[in-house]
This record gives sequence, C-alpha cells and structure tokens, in this order.
Amino acid sequence: MTETQKALVPRPTALELFDGPVTDASLRRYLEGIPGVDAVGLEQRAANLGSRSIKTTSKKWALDKIIELIDLTTLEGADTPGKVRSLVAKAITPDASDSSTPRVAAVCVYGDMVPYAVEALGVHHAKGTDSGINVAAVATAFPSGRASLAIKLSDTADAVDAGADEIDMVIDRGAFLSGRYGQVYDEIVAVKEACRRSDGSYAHLKVILETGELNTYDNVRRASWLAILAGGDFIKTSTGKVAPAATLPVTLSMLEVVRDWHRLTGEKIGVKPAGGIRTSKDAIKYLVTVAETVGEEWLQPHLFRFGASSLLNDVLLQRQKMTTGHYSGADYVTID
Amino acid sequence: MSRLAVPKTYKLYIGGKFPRSESGRTYEVVTKRGAFLANAAKASRKDARDAVVAARSALSGWANATPYNRGQVLYRIAELLEGRRAQFVDEIVSSEGVSASAATRQVDEAIDRWVWYAGWADKYVQVTGNANPVSGPYFNLSVPEPTGVVAIVAPQDSSLLGLVSVVAPALVAGNTVVVIASERLPLSAISLSEVLATSDVPGGVVNILTGSAGEITPWLASHADVNALDLTGAAALDWVDLEIAAADTLKRVLRPEGGTDLAAPSLDRITALTETKTVWHTKSLI
Repeated sequence: MTETQKALVPRPTALELFDGPVTDASLRRYLEGIPGVDAVGLEQRAANLGSRSIKTTSKKWALDKIIELIDLTTLEGADTPGKVRSLVAKAITPDASDSSTPRVAAVCVYGDMVPYAVEALGVHHAKGTDSGINVAAVATAFPSGRASLAIKLSDTADAVDAGADEIDMVIDRGAFLSGRYGQVYDEIVAVKEACRRSDGSYAHLKVILETGELNTYDNVRRASWLAILAGGDFIKTSTGKVAPAATLPVTLSMLEVVRDWHRLTGEKIGVKPAGGIRTSKDAIKYLVTVAETVGEEWLQPHLFRFGASSLLNDVLLQRQKMTTGHYSGADYVTID
Repeated sequence: MSRLAVPKTYKLYIGGKFPRSESGRTYEVVTKRGAFLANAAKASRKDARDAVVAARSALSGWANATPYNRGQVLYRIAELLEGRRAQFVDEIVSSEGVSASAATRQVDEAIDRWVWYAGWADKYVQVTGNANPVSGPYFNLSVPEPTGVVAIVAPQDSSLLGLVSVVAPALVAGNTVVVIASERLPLSAISLSEVLATSDVPGGVVNILTGSAGEITPWLASHADVNALDLTGAAALDWVDLEIAAADTLKRVLRPEGGTDLAAPSLDRITALTETKTVWHTKSLI
C-alpha cells in the first residue's frame, strides 16, 4: 500500500498550473474560483444544437459514426459469462444482414466479466488501439463508489490484470458534495496509478462524475475540472443507474471544460455520455454538439464514446431503413 | 346575440395522445358543397412510423389481456359512443350531406356493430379453435392468436360505419391497429379517437391517422414491423402494388371491398387477422 502511495503522480500539466503541490486548499481555491454556469444559456444552446436537421448522406455518415463510438454495455446484477459472450458477438457483428456495418469501439462490463469478454473477442481484441474492440471494465465499487480506497484500488488492478483496456471509475460523490475535493482528487490519482500494467503502460481511465447526483451545472463543471486535473483520460457523465443520466446540457458543459483544457494545455480529453441515450435521433444531437463545441476531431473512439446498450439496435434499424428504403422492425435485430 | 363560430382544428391520435402531424401539414375538411368545416392534420410517413411504434409497444398488454376484459373494454366504447350520438349525427350530416335520419341510422348501425364485435371477444376462440383428433394419447389443440400490428385503410366513403367495421374486428382478437381514416370524411374518425382516449382502451391500441391514404399506405405496406394489412378502403389506390410490397415481409393482406355495405360484420373478419397455434399435450401423466 505504501508503495502505491509513493508512486502517485498527478497530471504534470496540473502541477504546472498550480505552481506547487496540489492540496485540498489549493483545489478549493481553484475550483471555487471557476465562473458559474449560465444555466438558461447552456440549456438554450443545447436545445438549439439539438434542432439541427441531419438528413440523407449526412445521416448515413452519422449513423455509422455513432456505431463506431459506442461502448456496448451490459451492467446488470444478472450478467453471466454467456450474456457477455453474446454481447461480444453483437459487438463484432452488429448486423448480420449487412457486412458493411462498422464495429463498436468497446464492450463495457463488470470487472469479473473481463476475462470472458477478452476470451470471446479473441483476435478482435484491440488492446488499447483504435483498430478492433476494446474491453472496458467498471471498477471502484461501481455504481455507488462506497468502499474503502484499498478495495477500489484492488478492484481496478484486478480488472487491468484480467485484460481490461479501459477502466470506468466512479468518483466519491459524497466527498465531492461536502467539499472534500482533495480526497476525490487523491482517489482519482491513486486509481490512475492502479491502471498501470506490469509493462509500464496504462489502461485508459474514464472518470464517472454521476452528474445526476451533482445537482447543479456548477458542480458538473467543477467535477470535470477536478477529474481532468487528477489525470482522467475521459470524463463520463453517469453510471446509468441514477436518473437523470446523460443529458445534452450536461454533456455540453463537460465538452466546454474539455475545450478550455485543450486551449490551456493542448491536451485532448475524451467525453462519454452514458445512460438514457436510446435513439439515433438523440445520439445525432450529441454528435452535433461535439462537432460544434470541441470540433469534429473529437468524433473518434479515443476522444468520444456513447455508453449505451439499446442505442445500437435503434441505429441498426435506422441504417436498415436507409439501405432498404422501408421501415424495419425489432424482428430484424437481436434481442438484448 | 350572435356568437363567433369556434372551428375545430383536429389532430392525429397516436399512442393515446393527440399530436399534430410531425410534418406540420394540415388540410381543409369541407362539406359536400365545398364549404369549410374544419382543419385536419395531414399525416406523413413519420407519423405512420410513430403510430406503428406505439401500436407495437401496446401489443403485449392488449393481446395478453383476458378475452373477457377485452370484451368489457370494447363494450364500454359502445356505451361512450351512445352518449355522443348527437355529435356524430351532426358531423355526418354536415360532412356527408345526408339527412339527419340517414345519419342517425349510420350511427345506430355503427354502435350496434361495435357491440356485436365486443360480444365475440370471449367467444371467437371457442368457435374457431379446435380439439383435433390425433392417433395417439395426446390432446391436440388449435387456438387462434392475434397476428400483431394491423395497418388498415378505412373505407373512404363512409364516416363512422366504415371505420368501425374495420377497426372493431381487428381489436377483438387482441391486435393493435394503425388506421388511416377516410381522407374526405375524417371528422367521425377523430371524434371516435376522443371517445377512445376517454375509454379504457390502453394508449397505442388504436392509432388514427388522417390525411392521404395514397401517400401513407405504401410506407405501412412495406413496414417490417406491421403484421397485417387491411386494404378494405383502398380500392382507389394501386392496391396490387401494396399487396406486392406487403408480401416482402409475409404480411396477411385483406383485399379491397366494393359494394354498398363495406366490411359487413362477420366472424371471418376476426379470424382473418389471427394466427393458429397448435399445441400437443400428453393425455395422462400416469
């Protein structure tokens, strides 16, 4: 345990930004100095971005892009190795009736299901690259995050050892809401360190803010900054277990933080809205928002993901409609 | 003192709600002499798609309700129709240009027909199902089950009676319905949807679209999530093409009918929209 603590290294750019050690006090000064969010303006901007009309060839492009950006997810208490295998089969061949259908970016499972996912993927396992399918695992006592740090770290290390390429961690919302920013920060830094593989490389770390429990846009903005400062590679809206999950305004405000961080340091952070995105129509709104906020460059799997399960089927139905010219039905996609 | 007339703007009925057409289009409903009566929504293919989604999601609840319960719900609609007789008579008089007594006859006939079909809900299985004799110690039972989502083109020259004659038999077996009302005479259809909304029919079981049958029907005929196509009122359309499009996804198709009494009440109209399930079961466990 002491060894892990010694190795803690936060994001180097964060240290430069703070011009000294990152402490609870300096974090509070920094995060509470961030200007508040104009909630009405943010919601109107999001509503406006959601009203774009995307048709024909643009829509076809968007549908394929959405599939490429999906983290196909199963996070049920009733998950079995068999269910994970069928999820992986769907990730490899989303639409058996159309071989031109792209593959999803990753499958997202609980930590103990990682070995089955890795085994089922076989040669399709991307192992952290963009060509193939990655395995993402939720860790740190997902979804509540209510466990001791030691358990969270071993949860993470287990999943990484089993072959997870990406770790979706949850922050301690209780600590964040009661203002203990230092604790949240230290935890993210420690989990990041637990993502280190034996060869020195790191599994991608996605930090779940669980925006549904943060109550205000100001908190979402602060938590986004905090997660980025601590070294998260991705910031993710929600676990999908709390309502409201991902909403367009919340994702927009997180994208704005990512844009500001890019301007400030040149580093590119990913964003992953998760939960509640079920239709192609909704997903296209997110694509528009990303393109208009941080740029089209972000529309690739290592910078933007959808955490979703039922979204894929809806996209496939829309895709079939565009190829065949008539409306398709649920009998023509898999039952999840 | 004279009053300003309050002309009504009618909307669609999809999933138990009354949305405007997604396209924003409306058209004028006129009397036989061409005078303005009301504005009605002109449904687009996307409204039809939404209606199919609503019908699909309502299917399991309606199909799995007990036949007795379905019969009660359908009978309750007849009760509500009875309470609104005057409104339906008025609408038929103004839109079809017929006499009040002819309109009354049509409304009476429609309500009677609805009651007749409601009665079949817990009886048609006994009449059309069967215990088949087989050469072994087995029960072999054939029972009719609803086919699923039924798209209907209502008779175009009848306000209420034609619509009731095609919608009621589909509902009896537990199917859910997307119906395109008469383009020229849609008022009774929309008033019927107001009756349905205040009755016990779950939202999505009946979805009523107003607008051009010629425009919407091809989309429903080729829709992979529609299980049957009732073309009773489609005589004026290219119905052979519709039948061909429906064949792609193996839909049941009822062909257009002509004559004065379209879709006369019959048990066949109910069974045409069912599938037969046959089960084997051992006669004894000893």
